Amino acid sequence: MKKILAASVLGLSLSASGLAYAEPVKVGMITTLSGGGAGLGVDVRDGFLLALKQAGNTEIEVVVEDDAMKPETAVQLADKMIQSDQVDILTGIIWSNLAMAVVPSVTAQDKFYLSPNAGPSPLAGAKCHKNYFNVAWQNDSLHEAAGAYATKAGYKKPFILAPNYPAGTDALTGFKRFYTGELANEVYTKLGATDYAAEISQIRASGADAVYFFLPGGMGIAFMKQYAQSGVNIPVVGPAFSFSQDVLGAMGDAALGVKNTAQWSPDLDNATSKAFVESFKAEYGRIPSLYASQGFDTANLILSAAAKASVKDADAFRAALEAADFKSTRGDFKFAPNHHPIHDVYVREVVKEGDVLTNKIVGVALEDHQDVYAAECKM
Amino acid sequence: MSRERAINLLLAGLLLSVPLAALALGELFYITLATRMAILALAAVGLNFALGLGGLVSFGHAAFFGIGGYVAGIFSSHAFNQTPLFSWPFEFFGSDQMPAIWLAAMLISALIALPIGAISLRTAGVYFIMITLAFAQMIYYFAISWPAYGGEDGLSIVVRNGFPGVNTAVPLIFFLVCYVLLLAALALFALVRDSRFGAALQAGRQNETRLAAVGIAPFRIRLAAFTISAAITGLAGALLADLNRFVSPSMLSWQMSGELIVLIILGGTGRLFGPVAGAMLFVLFEFVLGGLTERWQFFLGLILLGVVLFARGGLIGVLAGKARHG
Amino acid sequence: MSTALIIEQLLNGLQFGVMLFLMAAGLTLIFGVMGLINLAHGSFYMIGAFACAAVAAATGSFWLGLAASLAAAAAAGALVELAVIRRLYDRDHLDQVLATFALILIFSEGTRWLFGSFPLYLDIPQVLSGAVDLPGGARYQLYRLAIIGVGVLVALGLYYLIARTRLGMRIRAGQSDREMIAALGVDIGTLYTMVFALGAALAGLAGALVGALQSVQVGMGEPVLILAFVVIVIGGIGSIKGALVGAVLVGLTDTLGRFLLPKLFAAFLGPSEGATVGAALASMLIYIVMALILAFRPKGLFPATA
Repeated sequence: MKKILAASVLGLSLSASGLAYAEPVKVGMITTLSGGGAGLGVDVRDGFLLALKQAGNTEIEVVVEDDAMKPETAVQLADKMIQSDQVDILTGIIWSNLAMAVVPSVTAQDKFYLSPNAGPSPLAGAKCHKNYFNVAWQNDSLHEAAGAYATKAGYKKPFILAPNYPAGTDALTGFKRFYTGELANEVYTKLGATDYAAEISQIRASGADAVYFFLPGGMGIAFMKQYAQSGVNIPVVGPAFSFSQDVLGAMGDAALGVKNTAQWSPDLDNATSKAFVESFKAEYGRIPSLYASQGFDTANLILSAAAKASVKDADAFRAALEAADFKSTRGDFKFAPNHHPIHDVYVREVVKEGDVLTNKIVGVALEDHQDVYAAECKM
Repeated sequence: MSRERAINLLLAGLLLSVPLAALALGELFYITLATRMAILALAAVGLNFALGLGGLVSFGHAAFFGIGGYVAGIFSSHAFNQTPLFSWPFEFFGSDQMPAIWLAAMLISALIALPIGAISLRTAGVYFIMITLAFAQMIYYFAISWPAYGGEDGLSIVVRNGFPGVNTAVPLIFFLVCYVLLLAALALFALVRDSRFGAALQAGRQNETRLAAVGIAPFRIRLAAFTISAAITGLAGALLADLNRFVSPSMLSWQMSGELIVLIILGGTGRLFGPVAGAMLFVLFEFVLGGLTERWQFFLGLILLGVVLFARGGLIGVLAGKARHG
Repeated sequence: MSTALIIEQLLNGLQFGVMLFLMAAGLTLIFGVMGLINLAHGSFYMIGAFACAAVAAATGSFWLGLAASLAAAAAAGALVELAVIRRLYDRDHLDQVLATFALILIFSEGTRWLFGSFPLYLDIPQVLSGAVDLPGGARYQLYRLAIIGVGVLVALGLYYLIARTRLGMRIRAGQSDREMIAALGVDIGTLYTMVFALGAALAGLAGALVGALQSVQVGMGEPVLILAFVVIVIGGIGSIKGALVGAVLVGLTDTLGRFLLPKLFAAFLGPSEGATVGAALASMLIYIVMALILAFRPKGLFPATA
């Protein structure tokens, strides 16, 4: 009760002072801040809050809570934020399974959801919704880009592997959508597995000329270290998730030289991105990951829409979001009709700058890439 | 009236008054919170049939909790999309009616509990704890990698399932539905505890040889208790799926099995209202601490530790004094 | 399928089993002597890995890190035993479950508090990098062979400790009759603290050794904890020999299942479908094996004498 009172008092004082914003906006951020996956949530949150801070913005109020990576907790927090904190917009979820739990019920309650990370295929296709926007990527995008890169690089016999769960099978399907040649093998590992000796032995024996893997979080770190230690030196390609700034430190030199696909990189050559990287370093003392850039973009998208329309006028606010009239760290950014990004996906290489491992863009895998599910989306 | 009975009444009244107060204050979220308490309490009451009465510490009850949830999710998704769940021996399109879903959730949980119980009850003590965990893990990994119903992504329930004559989409009504089921399960628990069957079950927990001496086979009554226990936990799972409008393999995880056990100990092992007190406390801690600090799990751990060390017998144990075990 | 690949997979299974043995030995010892179910055993594994990573990063020496992991895990174990576990011996298993569950939450979030949210870096020592050639054309990583060696040494050491030393005699006495050894005038409090610290140190050692192969992060201990429980239950709780046999059995079953089942199903269902179905079954395999063993041997393969 007190919070709502304070918010409306704040609202009054703002409308009295006649700022540019049509109406104060309340944002609920549900993200992962505890346990093994906390690094991603912390980066999304920090990027998001940095954008608000730079905008000198006080009329966007943010409530941040930890979902502990549990879908049930995330659903409960969404209910709380909508019913008790009366937020207008929800954002922050990192994992696809949590997004699948939360997004349909949020949009059914006429609230907006802006995804700063997860992009499960149903939400891009048959289950898309006019109030759901994905500011990061559809889950398949980076894998499709990797498939395109593998084709372009002339690999003839890649060995591909992913954990045995929907995002894993989607990943390999995405890869095969843009790489249609022969495969050395297709392997599914146990979700959460940390020992890949058995798979690496298979890779060695398979006669593959490249390895593509999607193993998010600790799984990817474990795989990459063990792969480097095993002495197998078939080139590795991965999605950015396993070579992002948050995990490179733990992976060490094992990651050096690996090609990975991403929609953003700290060395991306545009003014917004450069300013973002500098200010993020100054604020938090570390290089931002791509998750941080996604959080930053999400906040700037909200700011741009709030400057144009009142969040209480859902149609106008939605139109303002669709326009995507903000400076993205990715440079060009626009939404496809299914509210998922159309953007370039790059190929990066892991390099060492001084003592710090980071990524450098070495090419473009796909230009103005759009996901394949848009056709199934009827809004 | 004994002190424990007074506390039980107080707890039942308290749980009922939360959503009413929430309605009066216009804070709808607290109704959701109270519903969550009631559903978790129901799941733990289910577990309490095995654990409290029979002394069977099942570390695998999340399996039944999740199966109940999946029954609700699968039935309603087939009913919503009008696709047959199976077409032999007759075409069946699932259901979006709670009574049918509840019945199916309880039956299926019980049917799966029968073989699991029959095998697990050959063991005892820690072996029993771990073999029930093993079965739950099998079902968990199956659910994660089975793509038909979403795998790890889980399954959404588009519209909350209905109940004849009332509108379950209204939070208070759905709470009352869960609350009534919780009271019914508690009544059943009290009834069973005081019956001949219950007496035999409890006697078996304390002294197996004496039980065998009077000609009762502990295996069969334990299997019966385990099956009833699974059915009630399955029912709670169906309700939780409807509350969250969502079901996923995390309902089947070993952490969930652990949480159900924690609820019972927190409230007071062997007490009729132990699960209720435990669920209320646990949800409250989670909610209040989660709102205060991002390190809430650290403090939740400290509180739980404090309860074990300094509040023996859980909340009810502290309030009502030593239990008179019968 | 070449012989070399099969040899490598067998070694992989053995190495995985040895790592599980380091975890399971402590767990089964603590249960056998004190009758305590310790869910927080995975936390010592995590503490060992973090201590090793932090010290190795600060000093540049993996070996100092390894020493630190043993010291940190043993110290944490002794501290926990004195402050918490000591009060739980005469309680039933349920109270122990709740208390050690609470300890998991405290250790996990406490570690994140100290070390931050991002995984830490830990690499294998230089002398153990690289691979060696084995008969049959197989090549195997030196570090993993070293882990197998450590496991064998620990197994021998534990055997010597328990069968031949005064401490071991007391441990055995404690396993068979707890009141008796108190009556014999043994300082049972100190004995329990030592056993608990020893178990924790073994878990910490496993964490440090494996941390160099995997990711040093919060929550790394829980999946291993569950597997370690599977191991000691299969082997027979309280039996070190059972833990060793159980660990190797689980390690081999899991590794060979992951390797062979997808191939088997691919023969019937085609590569993609077969790979997912095979992988699904492989992830359930050790639990199926465990249920089968317990169905026929309800007290595990080597029931402890007590």
